[in-house]
Amino acid sequence: MFDDFFIRALVAGIGIALVTGPLGCFVVWRRLSYFGDTLAHSALLGVTMAYTFELNIAISVFVISSVIALILIQLQKKTNLPGDALLGLLAHSSLAVGLVVIGFLTFIRFDIMGLLFGDILAVTTDDIFVIWTGGAVILIVLKLIWKPLFASTVNYELAEAEGLNPDRAKAIFTILMAAVIAISIKMVGLLLITGMLIIPAAMARNISDSPQKMVFYSILGGLLSVILGLFSSLEFNTSSGPSIIMAALILFILSLLNIKQSIKLKN
Amino acid sequence: MSSNNILVKLNNAGFRQNEKWLVEGVSLKVEKGKIVTLIGPNGSGKSTTAKIALGIYKNIDGSVEKYTNKVGYVPQKISIDWTLPLRVNDFMVLTENINDDEINDALSLTGVMHLKNKNLGNLSGGEFQRVLLARAISKKPELLVLDEPVQGVDYTGEIALYELIKKISDTLNCGILLISHDLHTVMTATDHVVCLNGHVCCSGTPMDVAKNNEYKTLFGEQASQILSVYEHKHDHVHSDEGDVKKN
Repeated sequence: MFDDFFIRALVAGIGIALVTGPLGCFVVWRRLSYFGDTLAHSALLGVTMAYTFELNIAISVFVISSVIALILIQLQKKTNLPGDALLGLLAHSSLAVGLVVIGFLTFIRFDIMGLLFGDILAVTTDDIFVIWTGGAVILIVLKLIWKPLFASTVNYELAEAEGLNPDRAKAIFTILMAAVIAISIKMVGLLLITGMLIIPAAMARNISDSPQKMVFYSILGGLLSVILGLFSSLEFNTSSGPSIIMAALILFILSLLNIKQSIKLKN
Repeated sequence: MSSNNILVKLNNAGFRQNEKWLVEGVSLKVEKGKIVTLIGPNGSGKSTTAKIALGIYKNIDGSVEKYTNKVGYVPQKISIDWTLPLRVNDFMVLTENINDDEINDALSLTGVMHLKNKNLGNLSGGEFQRVLLARAISKKPELLVLDEPVQGVDYTGEIALYELIKKISDTLNCGILLISHDLHTVMTATDHVVCLNGHVCCSGTPMDVAKNNEYKTLFGEQASQILSVYEHKHDHVHSDEGDVKKN
């Protein structure tokens, strides 16, 4: 019925959506959109490293993004620059370094568009393995740190005072962010990964009144976006990343209609 | 005194921010079943002292010995980000997984059972304060730190909540570190009072502190009113100059 590559893309995309759903909620709650962007931009450097030294792309991206996250934390401690300036500095300089390095790698043919916007043709069975095992580990770790991470998201001092160690939870969450970017870069593309984290979560916020519901709808929204996006990508021969994000956007707009209805009901 | 009754102990503790002392040289201890109250004017370091005791401030002078991890905290100011969809029910289990009965009990005690499924962002100041207190006591802590726990609560509610706090201290046998501006309550329901003004200006039983001259300088008119509550127990009178004359 469908070609193998499409089934692979679908299986990979579903794995990604299961992970970006809950993580995306924390990105929205903790206001980390630009942090996600910065890590995603630095992923280009990770990809070039992978090609240069013939490493697994996901692992290479994970390492580079984690290093960038650590540098960011150090810079926040040691300079007086505002957080968004530091994020911009790291995002664009790592993107620039990545692009310059690509320029030097003339012996390899690069599909830049594929890197930036995702390419469903590129998903291999190895990628599916990385996405599903990596995704499972991310979800298990997130489950383990859920309580301190959520409590400190609501109020840092309460979590600290009542012995939940919020700093450790935050550090682990940063690593999880790097990991989710690493596993989804091939599919969604590095310019659009943050969209995959934020848009389904934002959609879910519009129709949820509790954190659990928001996580549930965020996962559901991500799954629908991936499935709708991939089918339209196949149908209209568009890049997979933008197609998925557009599907997510349509769901978000529908959730806005839902808000209007519920306000009408209340009045 | 056996040290296993002590829940938290500050030894000459102080905290500096931007080269400025917020509070320094504070020594106090909170024991099981006892209420210790911090009083003092604005900016005297009451909340800072509470945060030192809780371990929120890390780079402190002196030392803190904490002998319990079962802590309930009602902060003075709490900023909750409303990008979170959060009902009272979700807030109750924020730091500890307590069961539904325990949630209901705590909410009933502070009189806000009817708000259980309401969104936290839609509560009034007083309602939110009651929820904060309910959350802190619901986990049956050994140490309760209450930073102006009844702010914004109506007058009758205020009295009821202070009675509740006293009852909790007795029934749970937990130690309470209380910060309050209500001197009347402080003087009637507390075991030990610490009067702060950047440092410990005096401390002792409510009676001791009420008699202290530094305390009277800090609180002026209000302090002498509180003293009148105790006048019937006194064997002396105070002249206008602050001298003590034996009857």
